[in-house]
Amino acid sequence: MTDASKCDECGRWGADLQDNLFAKGGAGRRGVMPPVWHGDDVDATLPASLRRAEPCDLPSLSEPEVMRHYTRLSILNHHIERGMYPLGSCTMKYNPRLNERVAALPGFATLHPEQDEADIQGLLCACKLLQDALCEITGFDACSLQPAAGAHGEFLGMLTIRAFHLANGDADRLEVLIPDSAHGTNPASVVMAGMKPVTLESRPDGRLDLDVLRAAAGPTTAGIMITNPNTLGLFETDIVEVARIVHEAGGRLYMDGANLNAILGKAKPAHMGFDVVHLNLHKTFSTPHGGGGPGAGPICVVSELAPYLPGPEIVAADGVYGLVRDETEGRPSIHSFYGNIGVCLRALAYILRLGGDGLTRVAERAVLNANYLRVRLEGILQVEHGDGCLHEFIASGVDWREKYGVRTLDIAKRLLDYGVHAPTIYFPLIVEEALMIEPTETESKETLDAFVEIMRTIRREAEEEPELLHQAPLVTPVSRLDEAGAARKPDLRWLGPCNCG
Amino acid sequence: MPYTPHTEQDIRAMLDAVGLPDVEDLFAAIPAAVRARAGLGLPASLSEEEVWRVMSNLAAFNVGQDELVSFMGGGVYDTYIPAAVDALSSRSEFLTAYTPYQPEVSQGTLQVIYEWQTFVSRLTGLPVANASLYDGATALVEALLMALAKTGRGKVILPETLNPRYRRVVETYLKEGGADILTAPRGADGATDPAGLAGLVDETTAAVVLQTPNYLGRLEPVDELAAALGASGALLIALVNPVSLSVVRPPASYGASIVVGEAQPFGIPCSWGGPLLGFLACTEDLKRQIPGRVAGRTVDSKGRTGYVLTLQTREQHIRREKATSNICTNQGLNMTRAAITLALLGAEGFKALGEANLKRAAALRAVLGRIDGPTFPCEGPVFNELVVRLPGSASAFAAFARGHGVLAGIPLDGFAGCGAGDLLVAVTERRTADEIETYGNLVRDYLEARGDD
Amino acid sequence: MTSDDRIYSKEHEWVMIESNIATVGVTEYAATELGDVVFIELPEPGAQVGQGDAVGTIETVKSVEDLYCPLTGEIVEINEAVLDAPELVNESPLDDGWLFKLQFSDHGELDNLLSAADYDAMIGG
Repeated sequence: MTDASKCDECGRWGADLQDNLFAKGGAGRRGVMPPVWHGDDVDATLPASLRRAEPCDLPSLSEPEVMRHYTRLSILNHHIERGMYPLGSCTMKYNPRLNERVAALPGFATLHPEQDEADIQGLLCACKLLQDALCEITGFDACSLQPAAGAHGEFLGMLTIRAFHLANGDADRLEVLIPDSAHGTNPASVVMAGMKPVTLESRPDGRLDLDVLRAAAGPTTAGIMITNPNTLGLFETDIVEVARIVHEAGGRLYMDGANLNAILGKAKPAHMGFDVVHLNLHKTFSTPHGGGGPGAGPICVVSELAPYLPGPEIVAADGVYGLVRDETEGRPSIHSFYGNIGVCLRALAYILRLGGDGLTRVAERAVLNANYLRVRLEGILQVEHGDGCLHEFIASGVDWREKYGVRTLDIAKRLLDYGVHAPTIYFPLIVEEALMIEPTETESKETLDAFVEIMRTIRREAEEEPELLHQAPLVTPVSRLDEAGAARKPDLRWLGPCNCG
Repeated sequence: MPYTPHTEQDIRAMLDAVGLPDVEDLFAAIPAAVRARAGLGLPASLSEEEVWRVMSNLAAFNVGQDELVSFMGGGVYDTYIPAAVDALSSRSEFLTAYTPYQPEVSQGTLQVIYEWQTFVSRLTGLPVANASLYDGATALVEALLMALAKTGRGKVILPETLNPRYRRVVETYLKEGGADILTAPRGADGATDPAGLAGLVDETTAAVVLQTPNYLGRLEPVDELAAALGASGALLIALVNPVSLSVVRPPASYGASIVVGEAQPFGIPCSWGGPLLGFLACTEDLKRQIPGRVAGRTVDSKGRTGYVLTLQTREQHIRREKATSNICTNQGLNMTRAAITLALLGAEGFKALGEANLKRAAALRAVLGRIDGPTFPCEGPVFNELVVRLPGSASAFAAFARGHGVLAGIPLDGFAGCGAGDLLVAVTERRTADEIETYGNLVRDYLEARGDD
Repeated sequence: MTSDDRIYSKEHEWVMIESNIATVGVTEYAATELGDVVFIELPEPGAQVGQGDAVGTIETVKSVEDLYCPLTGEIVEINEAVLDAPELVNESPLDDGWLFKLQFSDHGELDNLLSAADYDAMIGG
């Protein structure tokens, strides 16, 4: 087996694995202590029946030790400033630090959600600005910022459609049509909203089959859930006809807005015939992924669905902002308060910075980058349904498997050795050995060219030394992990006692 | 054009490579009628300095807990965030990293999750915890869904003293599943009445929720309430303030099967109510029903310890419509902040934090108790919040206090039998003896100004 | 590899009959296609089951497959060993990795199952 020195460009990762936090430190060490009480002595003892018998067994580290532990852990991560993440449908674009500074302003960060409207005028204005901007971008009439993530938005969107039908006496409309190319959250969200997902077989390019749709749409149809562009990066060219068919059958159209980056300023969901869309602020609108959140998934709706959104509504009169609270039964609530406001503020800063012109350029450059990468990868990766792809495209590793005996998984793992995060793999389910590649607009031509050369190199390795791919990754802090073992005998927490250092 | 590197030259070269004359040609698949209406009616782009100016001005129009002395709680609290938390969580490696689906390049994130799971497990006493949920309300929902699925039963019992915002979220989610919701009434002392609960629980009950401290600030009589479940087979779900677990009995000690709550007090700014941090822990037998992401420890091909997302087959991207939940994104960076906060506190700091809360709640009670007028309708053990009953309107007092730079608390009128004079007052480790003394003076001044009623 | 002492289902199970007791497991083909099995859910002994019912699940790291019942009857025994060591299904799918036994009465239902040759043809072997 060839060793990692073959991979001169990536070199050693430069980080060491860390012992568990709970095995570090030593009894008596102190990090941050709460303020001392300087007032009169008062008895604050809890009754014995409620008191904790043993203090909680937590590690004891000084602040420098904590800083070192987490800093060293952080270096084990790939991140956007380290290299590209060409993950299809994730839109891993640059996260502007201006947004962080804005969200951290004490005038935003220290607001308690129970404070009076008079204390939060600037905040209400900001939320209204964002809602109005998202409505302008999507073409809709009303917006809710309450969903804390895309899947949360999907759930809320489904609830509004269900509430709409119930209000119209259509309690039997329980089926939501979903293409087989859809993201897993789609059918899961439908079920959580008390409805039944019905899978529609797509055409091979992932686009909707109008005949299949016509046969499926009917009096029990609550609606349809579509991603547009679809999960193969292709625009549903028949979308206006699709909307007509579904509306005629009495259903409503939901758009999964995960791929909005491709159509900002080029197509508005409302004009395509959709009734509701969710947006992923942590995708299209640059808020950071944070290792898995927090994101935000606001939804925008047509006016007929607006009465079914959570309250309260933000209204402005004579320059004064207020919250109209709707306490009547039936208004849903899916979050303790108003949603991930801190994330929303970041997205607002991004929208203000880019403006209408800038957002339109975003789509143009995202789509240009994807298409450039697609044509340059010709001969290296088998692109599927590449014509007309927008911000992402699908490739298949089937020919690598047949020629070299390596799978898409192996290609993905070898990419990690070259400082690039793997693309999305094995999704969508309708393409065999799929790789879904989305460079986003914040990657330069040089980075894309370098990516092409890396893929070319890996293809050569597959041909001459496939074992390298089977063993990859080789220079990362850990190599392939025993995932089966982790699932069979889950070890989910550290069991050792603390403070024995 | 901010944040993109493209020059006109780059664009030209790339278009040539693609074989298209113009950028617009890339969008040919969009129907013309839709294309034509797509122009964005938004203001033109601003420079960074201008955006900063706009957003700073908007922030300046707000008055937050940095300028006011806050006695507001109700699930979200004015706690101190150590500087190290901001420094570490703003590192690009934590801030911009993706979900750890490629574990070999995500060991930082994965180990933080595993350590967070360990923290939650130790605080609650239950063995299995996940990587976080959106907030305490949705965590409670997920716990109820787990119990409903596990038992196959159709009824849940919520206490009357449950956080009303959480109740609305539970009702929204459970309405669709057809689960029946019953309410266990409070007693005169502001805690849930064990006899009342016992009368409601039977073999059709999937779960009983116990919130402690409850929304009235009261620590519930957990042993009596747990006993009320009897042999029904209903699961006990405890909704707790995780800071209280420093000094209050962990829910495992009274038989909770699932523990949930809101971990915002650990290093997360209030930020007008979001993003927050829901946590969930459960018993071993519920492990495969737990929603959200879970990190597990394993080894790599060279025998080194490593971490991976595990038990993924529960999740939406595999189970799809049969998933235990539709949750995908969690609250990663907030979980990281909370873990760092607990690491900084450590064993002694965490205990001291709990005691600091108890001390200040007792001091508040003492100060208010010396004033003629206020009474305490929910007398009993509390952690860091209590209900004070004022003559007249709690809202009017709150407005008066606000005029003196103090956020007095949350008026409770209409909640769980509370009246117009009832106010929920919270303390945290940040409240000083002077501030609490000032609060008492404000009550005195307010009552004096009101005269006799 | 199939053998004539068993019959097979379209859902890739093998069935070994001894008078009115059927022992059920998954085929080698299925075990290979699935990959590492990490968790198995089996029906409860005593459960009444019908031909074609989904009675359990087989999980790998990346997938969940339903386990189907090849005949109508009552579950009489389950293989506890695979609950603790699901890897037995990969190591020995035809032998130690058996899943459950059921008592059945309608021998006519056997016509709905496949012979070794038919199963081989189905998987293209």
